[in-house]
Amino acid sequence: MSFWNDPLKVAADWLMGIFTGWGMPEIAAQILIGFLGVLMLISLLMVLDIFLVWVERKVVSRFQDRIGPNRVGPFGLIQPFADIIKLLIKEDTTPGGADKVVYNIAPMLSMMSVLILWAVVPLAPRIIGVDLNIGALYIIAAGAIGTLSIIMAGWSSNNKFALIGAFRQVAVMVSFEIPMLAVLLIPTIFAGSMGLNAIIEKQDIWFFFFAPLGALIFLIAAIAELGRAPFDMAEGESELVAGYNTEYSGMKFGMFYAGELLHAFTFGGFWSILFFGGYRFFGLEQVSAFLAIAVIIFKAFVGYWIIMWVKYTLMRIRIDHMLGFNWKFLTPLSFTLLMVVALMNALLAGTPILIYTSGMFLSNIVLGWIALEMARSYSRKEREKVEGMKKVVTTSRSTL
Amino acid sequence: MTGEQIIFLLVALFTLGSGFMVVTTSNLVHAALWLVATLFGVAVTYALLNAAFLAVVQVVVYIGAIAILFIFAVMLTRKDMRDQGPQMNRNWWVGALLSLLVFAGLFFLLQGWNGLSKTATDIPAGFDSISELGNALVSPNAYVLPFEVASVLLVAALVGAVYVAFNRK
Repeated sequence: MSFWNDPLKVAADWLMGIFTGWGMPEIAAQILIGFLGVLMLISLLMVLDIFLVWVERKVVSRFQDRIGPNRVGPFGLIQPFADIIKLLIKEDTTPGGADKVVYNIAPMLSMMSVLILWAVVPLAPRIIGVDLNIGALYIIAAGAIGTLSIIMAGWSSNNKFALIGAFRQVAVMVSFEIPMLAVLLIPTIFAGSMGLNAIIEKQDIWFFFFAPLGALIFLIAAIAELGRAPFDMAEGESELVAGYNTEYSGMKFGMFYAGELLHAFTFGGFWSILFFGGYRFFGLEQVSAFLAIAVIIFKAFVGYWIIMWVKYTLMRIRIDHMLGFNWKFLTPLSFTLLMVVALMNALLAGTPILIYTSGMFLSNIVLGWIALEMARSYSRKEREKVEGMKKVVTTSRSTL
Repeated sequence: MTGEQIIFLLVALFTLGSGFMVVTTSNLVHAALWLVATLFGVAVTYALLNAAFLAVVQVVVYIGAIAILFIFAVMLTRKDMRDQGPQMNRNWWVGALLSLLVFAGLFFLLQGWNGLSKTATDIPAGFDSISELGNALVSPNAYVLPFEVASVLLVAALVGAVYVAFNRK
């Protein structure tokens, strides 16, 4: 096994040799190497996070027809470091009447809920923290801790705006967890396992082609979980200042902000793992582990870019519309999709791959079309109830 | 003492300690947060028992849904969120008596149980506990009936909640 195929194993063996050479017992050396691995992964992620700040600002400025950071360093690349220095030397304020302990734990929990997600992310065939056989559920469990951190931040700030923001955000996160959980079961059906590595290994054909509707619902639910536009009522600036993190300053705010960016990037990664083959790209992952990592980072960036694209294109949705959309449309649709996929999977089992793929794809498209038609007729009825059969749309079009 | 035992003792102490804090803290939101810590300790105990699925479900259901619901209920029903009301009501002695009886009953039952001194058998390699659990839940020889009854109960609760909340115009 050479370094280029399995770098972690080679490095761990090498360190093991050194540590036991120093007279350290083998079990202690193993624990120490495990800690070093975690430290390395988290450090790399945090450095990536700094880079993500730059990416986000540069991309948003392009969407909004601006240039973005362009003064510090080439293409403004040094700008995030300047931002971090600013955040670090800012005054660390605690609002009066705040619940100090809870107030200080909340940003840590928020960052933690993102970082622990990476424990199950397979970066390459053999580079994975733990290959849990319940990897898909683990994503939801980590999200539960994120929800907790937000409500802790909102409550402990002793600020009405923060509390309202936290309420909204938690209402959204708790409700959009349900379609996400249902959709996470779709790759599980195809792969026959919840382990993320097993899901990737089964994707000789991307699961996107088996369940395009599932991929779309996962993306929508992920955006809602992240609290990004169009689901960012929690930080409606015009009404709530900044939502649950209103009272936070300096690096504590930085933790929330960096956590949000890394969370978006992570969900881009999960999207690619569940529906776009993760680190696999035409056998490239067999050549070298480093190429596999490059592939998955690239796919995660594509997912992240789509999330940003949605964020900076669409407008904020009202909270009751958002929850109505989830409970009356997305949740029934995702459960129906789950049933249809399970049924089709059983019916088409053993058929040639071409028939299987096209059958799956078509059933998804038909289901999505039926759901859209039902939503359209419902909204038409609602509109008629309000407007009394007035043809507002057509008249305004004719005046144009 | 093996490493596993030390970890178990630490986790058990953490769980019991935060459970104690749940009932002694006068601030209701703090009590709910301590409850989260207790439930997390239980999840860690499941993980120590190689029951990864139960551990994750514990976090998803109890921390992600029930504890959040508790916190919501406390926040939406109390006027002052830092109220320091009385912690006992008139029925405290009934509660104390019941818990004492339960403790005595459990103590008596566990006296005759020899599981405390046994060590767990190793799980054979390649044993997939999730598919075993999944098969058991839908197999007629195992738990399909309790599973279906629980599902019907949940649906009934859901329908009831919708009926109570439904606003007739």
